Amino acid sequence: MSINQSGWRPTAPEQGKGNVPASVTGNKALMLEEALIFEIGDSHTTGVDFATAPARAATSKLGALARKAPIGLPGLSEPETVRHYTRLSRQNYGIDLGFFPLGSCTMKHNPRLNEKMARLPGFSDVHPLQPVDTVQGALEVIHQLAHWLVTLTGMTSVAMSPKAGAHGELCGVLAIRAALEAKGEGHRKIILVPESAHGTNPATAAFAGYSVEDIPATAEGRVDTAALKARLGPDVAGVMITNPNTCGLFERDMREISDAVHAAGGFVYCDGANFNAIVGRVRPGDLGIDAMHINLHKTFSTPHGGGGPGSGPVVFSAALTPYAPLPFVEKQDGQFVLVEEETAGEHHAGSFGRMVAFHGQMGMFTRALTYILSHGADGLRQVSEDAVLNANYILRSLDDTLDAPFGPSGPCMHEALFSDSGLAEGFSTIDVAKGLIDEGFHPMTMYFPLVVHGAMLVEPTETESKAALDQFIAALRSVAERAKAGDPSLKTAPHFAPRARLDETLAARKPVLVWKDPAPLAQAAE
Amino acid sequence: MRYLPLTQPDREAMLAVIGAATIDDLFVDVPEAARLDGPVRDLPMHASEMAVERHMAALAKKNLTAGEAPFFLGCGAYKHHVPASVDHLIQRGEFLTAYTPYQPEIAQGTLQMLFEFQTQVARLLGTDVANASMYDGSTACWEAIVMARRITKRGKAILSAGLHPHYVSVSNTMAKFTGDVLDTTDPRLVPEMDLDRLIAKIDDDTSCVVVQYPDILGRIADLRPLADACHAKKALLIAVVTEPVALGAITSPGEMDADIVVGEGQSLGVGLQFGGPYVGLFGCKDKYVRQMPGRLCGETVDADGRRGFVLTLSTREQHIRREKATSNICTNSGLCALAFSIHMTLLGEAGLRQLAEVNHAGAVAAAERLSQIPGVELINDSFFNEFTLKLPVEARPVVRTLADRGILAGVSLGRLYPGKDDLANGLVVAVTETTTAEDVETLASALQEILA
Repeated sequence: MSINQSGWRPTAPEQGKGNVPASVTGNKALMLEEALIFEIGDSHTTGVDFATAPARAATSKLGALARKAPIGLPGLSEPETVRHYTRLSRQNYGIDLGFFPLGSCTMKHNPRLNEKMARLPGFSDVHPLQPVDTVQGALEVIHQLAHWLVTLTGMTSVAMSPKAGAHGELCGVLAIRAALEAKGEGHRKIILVPESAHGTNPATAAFAGYSVEDIPATAEGRVDTAALKARLGPDVAGVMITNPNTCGLFERDMREISDAVHAAGGFVYCDGANFNAIVGRVRPGDLGIDAMHINLHKTFSTPHGGGGPGSGPVVFSAALTPYAPLPFVEKQDGQFVLVEEETAGEHHAGSFGRMVAFHGQMGMFTRALTYILSHGADGLRQVSEDAVLNANYILRSLDDTLDAPFGPSGPCMHEALFSDSGLAEGFSTIDVAKGLIDEGFHPMTMYFPLVVHGAMLVEPTETESKAALDQFIAALRSVAERAKAGDPSLKTAPHFAPRARLDETLAARKPVLVWKDPAPLAQAAE
Repeated sequence: MRYLPLTQPDREAMLAVIGAATIDDLFVDVPEAARLDGPVRDLPMHASEMAVERHMAALAKKNLTAGEAPFFLGCGAYKHHVPASVDHLIQRGEFLTAYTPYQPEIAQGTLQMLFEFQTQVARLLGTDVANASMYDGSTACWEAIVMARRITKRGKAILSAGLHPHYVSVSNTMAKFTGDVLDTTDPRLVPEMDLDRLIAKIDDDTSCVVVQYPDILGRIADLRPLADACHAKKALLIAVVTEPVALGAITSPGEMDADIVVGEGQSLGVGLQFGGPYVGLFGCKDKYVRQMPGRLCGETVDADGRRGFVLTLSTREQHIRREKATSNICTNSGLCALAFSIHMTLLGEAGLRQLAEVNHAGAVAAAERLSQIPGVELINDSFFNEFTLKLPVEARPVVRTLADRGILAGVSLGRLYPGKDDLANGLVVAVTETTTAEDVETLASALQEILA
């Protein structure tokens, strides 16, 4: 008699799948559906224990404001919490999973050393209002990073506090306005912005009280220098130019533009979102700019985190330095000091003021400094070279299949721009993008910049291998060919993602922004 | 270089495909005068992981951390215990290394999380809706003032004396450029908030009143009369919450009819981090949703009829509306919002209310003990986990002396209101679940000794 009575034997796959019924759970093996916390949690459950039963205050100091009504917050135990968020995470695409060529967003590898350093208690467990002699190391981090940023850009000073790129833009434009007002030139009310600019540029200028006028682009994808010069005059406060620009091209005339703007009494703001293309090879200060923000989450690889937090330090020329916002970190007699409202003194008397509570995105500073020290001056130069090489490789590998409107303009910088020209009638960039999802890639940026019809902006970054690029090129070529041939299955792509195309019109027409209980949660535990 | 996968043969093969002889040929559009011929001078070269770690660890060691000392600082940033699972989960690569969910089919994780976050925040603040986060509390506060101007088409905002001075400072900076008129004043060391002053000032030009709850000195007050006074003049009430844990113990501003409630979410999940990154909370009444700044996530269905989530109402935003947008904000504070949301899910209603109770009980006991020190006076009649003491001497040097003894005693008002003599003796003390009875005793005896 055989010992094994269980019927077990090594499996060999059966041929032919037959009709596969849908699973009763809605799950598909490793692709797991997850309900909302409001559907799985309740008001009694908690994943946090307190050492002892909480002591009630001997005498409450809350008066009549003591909470009576329930809040309506569901709780989960720790295992349920870990599972909920782990399952949600698996419905996301991230750089760790694969190639993420989202143009203008610079989705490069996020080194884990940066995460580890940011979590050292000496940085993560320090209060912003501690006496400054107890936070000398934190101030030194800011000071060291500031030194790198100023040196790499060839500028005079840097304001570290802006919270993100758009906040940095606001910082730069406010400094320009403060400088003009100090010179009695407050009547200058126009900011010139190229049509290809990020939406944040005109939004920022408007937020800062300026009227925005477009500058046209030339047929080769650059700012029309002649048109810009013609528009300069006593009503123009300045220009906001992205360099390298959003078409992925270096603004060749930048120095000439800067000189013309200065001669006309204005200032030059440079959107530094694309600094990663030139870091270590070009210092923006040599191009005559007055202010530029640096997205630490782009060039210096702090994680994008599903939409922030970012960090947007702004470097300034000598002309704008006196107007930069507070606070500053300075070294005085061997000690690091925080220059705030009370200590601004004559040196910072022209400062336009404070933009944020406290001192900026410290957690991003530690990560960025770690990244910078890892690369060094030589590694950062290699970063921009490889980023530009990768983008040109994609551009030249695909310009026989996809229309590259500025391909004839010469080499691109860190991103390759294609259009939807040549796709079959009724097919557009979105269909190519959704087809790429099924191929296992995050799509490129779609329909931006606005100056190109059906723009596809592909930014590979320097942290991709040639093999990864080759696989992407083959996939995009295949999807593009299908879109040119009018393959109807592309119109309904993606087919293999956790969700099919979502109804954005419905979401906007009848906004459902918060969960509404079908029945009220059980009354809170008293 | 460990982060760069291309090999030299790769580079050469790729240049051949491109048709370029050298990498320099790809930078031809840079004017020659601006091209650097080698690494930027006077900066160090690349370093090993171990060397960088040593460098950073040496800097970290120069700081006195909150965990090493009896710790009593608050004023807009609070030390709370963050469960270990929060930091583990936010480091999942699919959250950490994702971006703004522009492709919803492969970003449902972030989107569902944002929908849950919006709901948690709205319920906590007592508002109908909330957005997907702002940079921090101070910038959210200014954005709320701008939003009130858009809604009311009036340009005068009245700020409570109890609003965090950095928040006031940010608003003042911005108002200089936008032309908004702000009515501000410094707080006084008295038990009552300045609601009577605020109510008396509201007129037909007032867009909004901004009040912090609990305020910078830790005081709390019923906001309903203020809300009624605002609404009688068709102005909006904006409430600012810098300590969201408080709302586990006290009635939320939304429940008292505030129109816009903003806050600093740092207390939950985020940690002190020397001031950032933090996470701005932003909620309002339903009728104002189309005037809100920032990203919004909404529920919808996919082509197969399954529930899903997308970014929505983006016609308010800069990438569509450009200079006509409600704000220039683009990136928000996604990962901090995730940390906030996970911590809140772990707590749940029961946990948050317990946490709030522990905080309040600890603060009441500490206030009683510290106000027994001769010459030390407790200003507050009401408070949650933070209160203000009036010392017989200037508080700032006292705080420095205590720091030398390894005690982080609180925030002196001299630090927050430099040059204001009548506030110089004020010390704001925060007590959370991380504060032990021994910590309080250590502070009390040291303070008593210094003041003797």
